[in-house]
Amino acid sequence: MWPYATRRVLGAIPTLFIIVALTFFMMHIAPGGPFDAQRHLPPEIEHNIRAAYNLDKPVWEQFAIYFGRLLHGDLGPSFKNHDFTVSQLIEVGLPVSARLGISAILLAIVLGITLGTVAALNQNKATDYGVMGLAMIGITIPTFVTAPVLALVFGIYGLHFFGHDFFLPAGGWNGGALANMILPVTVLALPQVAIIARLVRGSMVEVLRSNYVRTARAKGLPNHIVIFRHALRAALLPVVSYLGPAIAGLLTGSLIVETIFGIPGIGRYFVEGAINRDYTLVMGVVIVYAAFVILLNLVADILYALLDPRVRFA
Amino acid sequence: MSAPGITARNTETIERALDVEGRSLWTDARRRLVKNKAALASIVVLSLVALVAVFVPFVWPYDYATLDYGNIACAPNWWPDHDVACYAGGLHIFGTDQNGRDLFIRVLYGARISLSVGVVATLVSLLIGVTYGAVAGFVGGRVDELMMRLVDVLYSLPFIFFVIILMVVFNQNFFLLFVAIGAVEWLTMARIVRGQTLSIKQKEFIEAARAAGVGTFANIRRHVIPNVLGPVVVYVTLTIPTVILAESFLSFLGLGIQDPLTSWGVLIADGKDHMETAPWMLIFPALFMAVTLFCFNFIGDGLRDALDPKDR
Repeated sequence: MWPYATRRVLGAIPTLFIIVALTFFMMHIAPGGPFDAQRHLPPEIEHNIRAAYNLDKPVWEQFAIYFGRLLHGDLGPSFKNHDFTVSQLIEVGLPVSARLGISAILLAIVLGITLGTVAALNQNKATDYGVMGLAMIGITIPTFVTAPVLALVFGIYGLHFFGHDFFLPAGGWNGGALANMILPVTVLALPQVAIIARLVRGSMVEVLRSNYVRTARAKGLPNHIVIFRHALRAALLPVVSYLGPAIAGLLTGSLIVETIFGIPGIGRYFVEGAINRDYTLVMGVVIVYAAFVILLNLVADILYALLDPRVRFA
Repeated sequence: MSAPGITARNTETIERALDVEGRSLWTDARRRLVKNKAALASIVVLSLVALVAVFVPFVWPYDYATLDYGNIACAPNWWPDHDVACYAGGLHIFGTDQNGRDLFIRVLYGARISLSVGVVATLVSLLIGVTYGAVAGFVGGRVDELMMRLVDVLYSLPFIFFVIILMVVFNQNFFLLFVAIGAVEWLTMARIVRGQTLSIKQKEFIEAARAAGVGTFANIRRHVIPNVLGPVVVYVTLTIPTVILAESFLSFLGLGIQDPLTSWGVLIADGKDHMETAPWMLIFPALFMAVTLFCFNFIGDGLRDALDPKDR
């Protein structure tokens, strides 16, 4: 396993380099720069500012400087958030985003597998149709619709139980308090729950028909052991290979969720940075995100091989 | 060229004599698709939405851009909740938006933009994906390996970020939006087409064409592409909703379509800001978008069942 993992990590280096180069040049060939929108500065001062950020040099040289610093782990200063380096901003935002994302993916996995298994065990009955109908809705309705609607229902109208009103915060982070996490995590997890439930149902239905499950039943094993020990393990394979795209989906969703709920994570930095042309901040966030996607894809592949005895590390 | 005795005309005569209909893959598929109620209903609903979006604006009394400050965020006449600030009279059947513009016509313009982005961007992805996949699969060897490795690398990138950067860089250019989204959605298409091409390449008719001196690209165009169309059509119907979602996502963040033009993403973003006082501004665009996406998904599922030879 380790040689395989090492090879994959080494293989990720050119990918990361392509990402860095692509983002860098795309942002720099753009008309307009980060200091355009500010009030008109005297030419000498503007020249000094541009020199301070190396913007007066040719793009190739800028890239070389940026890349050299990147190799030392320095993501440069933020162009718009003065007095902050990009590393500092990411250091503050990343734990928030990670906490949100990890909670959402765990919720999606647990809930998705449960729902999918329940649907498969009740194939073509009301429960099955109910779960699959809900899953279709979960897949079709985008995050930017569910987020405001849930915020409206639970944050503003509130829930009424036994004469008491219950409200969930419709925004803010509050240091990651549980109440503040419920809505964003739910919204972020919902589409993934739906997709995972559909995947598990499909593969579970197939596995339950297979010979080895029939053998297990014929041996007289109790139902729960057949399902949990024999069927589920095989039925989970498509879920594991879906984890890569799921994580990419979560990242995209987190841009919306962090913006709508006002959560100080790196997704919001990215959206604001892109609009403000904060080159270094955008680059920093893209690099962090891409590194995560690559790393988690690797983890998913290793998990897959551990679950499926037919797969060998090649 | 044909075997003696069985000319095309003869076959026709025999068929007519035996009263058998020729059943091609496509007639078969069409028959199965029409039997699928959900898919058929989706086709009807979708055509209706498209027809209304194209033709109703010509006769509708309101314009999508005319501001009316006497009618700001007013409810439609039939709105059941009487706790609203004002009612918009006349033909404002969906109420008005935060600038007093008729919401119905704006939802229809949103449909025009969203559907055309869906179709055009999907065509872009189709063009790139099919060409790329067919060439990689047909040429094979080193070229194939290199081309598909590139696809693998691109797959692992968080692509929506590049679209966002593109949109920022080129100042929300309308045309670019179409191309940018299409240009990132072709990867899966390329993989599907390559897989199909690999198996078609082994068939005798390709060998025959080669023996007759047909060149690589003519072969791909004449013999490979028509034979991979089945899975491609299925994937196209599933790409359109993805693309519509991507456009709405960008517009929602303020990076796509710009005011006064509109798309469902823009309308939903506006609706979100006014949902406490004017919930219709969120409900109608969201509803139209959800119904459209549902329809595409059902049609895609139906087509897959109809074209999948496993079910024969």
